[in-house]
Amino acid sequence: MERNLTLIVLFAALIVVLGLVPAIPLGFGVPITMQSLGVMLAGAVLGSWRGALAVVLVQFLVALGLPVLAGGRGGLGIFVGPTAGFLIGWLPAAFVTGLVVERVRALPVAVAAGIGSVLGGIVVMYALGIAGFWLFKNAALQPGDTPMSLWAATLIMAPFIPGDLVKAVLAGLIARTIARYRPSALIARF
Amino acid sequence: MLSLALARRSWAHRLPASVKFAVLAVLMVALMRIGSLPGQIAGLALALGLTLSLGIGAARIAARALRPVLWIVAVILVWHLWADEARQGLAFGLRVVTMVGLANFVTLTTPLPEIIALIEWLAQPLARFGLAPRLPALAVGLVLRFIPELRARHAAMAEAWRARSARRPGAKIVAPLAFSLLDDADHLAEALRARGGIAPPPAAKT
Repeated sequence: MERNLTLIVLFAALIVVLGLVPAIPLGFGVPITMQSLGVMLAGAVLGSWRGALAVVLVQFLVALGLPVLAGGRGGLGIFVGPTAGFLIGWLPAAFVTGLVVERVRALPVAVAAGIGSVLGGIVVMYALGIAGFWLFKNAALQPGDTPMSLWAATLIMAPFIPGDLVKAVLAGLIARTIARYRPSALIARF
Repeated sequence: MLSLALARRSWAHRLPASVKFAVLAVLMVALMRIGSLPGQIAGLALALGLTLSLGIGAARIAARALRPVLWIVAVILVWHLWADEARQGLAFGLRVVTMVGLANFVTLTTPLPEIIALIEWLAQPLARFGLAPRLPALAVGLVLRFIPELRARHAAMAEAWRARSARRPGAKIVAPLAFSLLDDADHLAEALRARGGIAPPPAAKT
């Protein structure tokens, strides 16, 4: 019980600290931060429930007004803005990543964690992020306004996907390293 | 690590946190339903007036807190200008700035202990599921304690890496950082158990 709490706490701290690492500018002008790598790792190492709780704790800190997101962002504003869906989407992202590592035991850790990160950290997170943005954008349309299509909303967020694919691969490799040198630490598979 | 809340007290600091959160929730729902430009401008005027009432210094901090959403406002504005629908782009921009501005106003004027107290109060029903109501506050306290610790360790590992290699450390030091963190989790769990653990105290006998 206590160990569950401390693992959740420390992975929440890891997610925050990875957001403080300077962003790596990607070739086409979109900076990538390592923060979502932390979210993927929390799921892959801690498993679905504990991984999701580590994310909840970070979201909690954001709501408390602490500058824990990449670039020193934080506060309630993040939860009501057009990109709120991405922050909220971290929760199912970590959960799904953990679920894949837990359930698909036939695959090596690196592959399972990588696939889980793509499913959770990209497919699920972007689905929520884009849906949130789309709903926000199309709220209270006036007569004569043209609603934005889901396709257009997806297109606007698409430049960030390559960076997250890189992070999914990294999450798989790091999970493999942890599983190799400290098998008992990968409690998602324990 | 500092909270984004203003250290200096203002009139809005004196309002109870629960009232501010409730009013904010109502305003958010209302703003999502107002589509007309005059309505949006009224909302922006409210956010601007509230922020300016905290003083110029606070307004500057609030303006800085808006920066993360400005890129998406810019993208959408360009999109609508290109489609010759300036009104819609403007409505979107106004809504984003107003909503984020109002939420940041609450963040700026609510000190951390008050929000934690509010959360403990909201978490009370969880006691029925065997969760101590003080658990959220304990978890928050522990994370805040370990963020500077992990950050310093990450910096030390990055420095050690740079001493050996001309290349950037990047994600290579995340695994060693995770190992050290897993050790911390074990030690911290032991320390917590030694201090009575985290189970809710048994109900008082009557």
